[in-house]
Amino acid sequence: MIVADAGNVLVWVVWVVAAFACISSGIAVVSFSNPFFSALSLIGNLASLAVLYLLLSAEFVAAAQVLVYAGAVMVMFLFVIAYLGGQADAPWAGGPSWQALGAVAASSALLVEVIVVIGLKTGGRLSHAAPTDYFFGSPSTIGRLFLTDHLLAFEITSIVLLVAAVGGVILGSHSRAQPPLAEAER
Amino acid sequence: MNGPTVVWYLCVAAFLFFTGALGVLIRRSPLIVLLSLELMLNGSNLALIAFARFHGRGDGQIFALTVMAVAASEVVVGLGLIVAMARRNLDLDVDKLRTLRG
Repeated sequence: MIVADAGNVLVWVVWVVAAFACISSGIAVVSFSNPFFSALSLIGNLASLAVLYLLLSAEFVAAAQVLVYAGAVMVMFLFVIAYLGGQADAPWAGGPSWQALGAVAASSALLVEVIVVIGLKTGGRLSHAAPTDYFFGSPSTIGRLFLTDHLLAFEITSIVLLVAAVGGVILGSHSRAQPPLAEAER
Repeated sequence: MNGPTVVWYLCVAAFLFFTGALGVLIRRSPLIVLLSLELMLNGSNLALIAFARFHGRGDGQIFALTVMAVAASEVVVGLGLIVAMARRNLDLDVDKLRTLRG
């Protein structure tokens, strides 16, 4: 019993640290004026989310998160930011405008609604999670689900990725052939 | 299940979604709008995986992986658009893109 309690406390401590890192790096993504620092905080956010996924025994998703997001997508982001130069865009420049105030009000309303729904409609019922076996969230289970029950999602994902790759190539080559239109549009 | 219940994970997911929505609405640099969009997608992913653990089924994790692939393709197209905008010397400001004419 003492061992079980110690494990529980350990999980709580890891959860609190990961959730705090997740929330604070999320706020940092939105509030940094330099996109380079925003992208770096998003990497921290993804890493702490991977810890949360591990606590939820989703090992394969945590590994894929770190590999795909932090390893590939964020490197692409950082390349583009370095290519364009970090153009500063202060979030609250010139005082809060009506647009920013409306945005804060709308997203706070969204947050309050979600929290109230979680608290009201699900209170108590969500406290006992279903038991899982050792293989829950392992690559073999995910792979079997992908190739049996969710084969359509798997195939559609491959088509979406192919279309995105083709679109990226077309966007990149098309813009090179076009003359700059900046003077005409201003 | 040791540690916090699903409700705590859902609160973190809701807060991440809130932060991302705020960033999409108030920031003007398209790069940071894309980064905030990633925050929103990650919030929904966390909720999906929390419910997958709660029900003890792997389907939520499958959905989260699909969302991840869609997010990767969205980043490819979004960054391609931003680079195309920068090559035409347009301002990188989503408030100044008023027309869809090429």
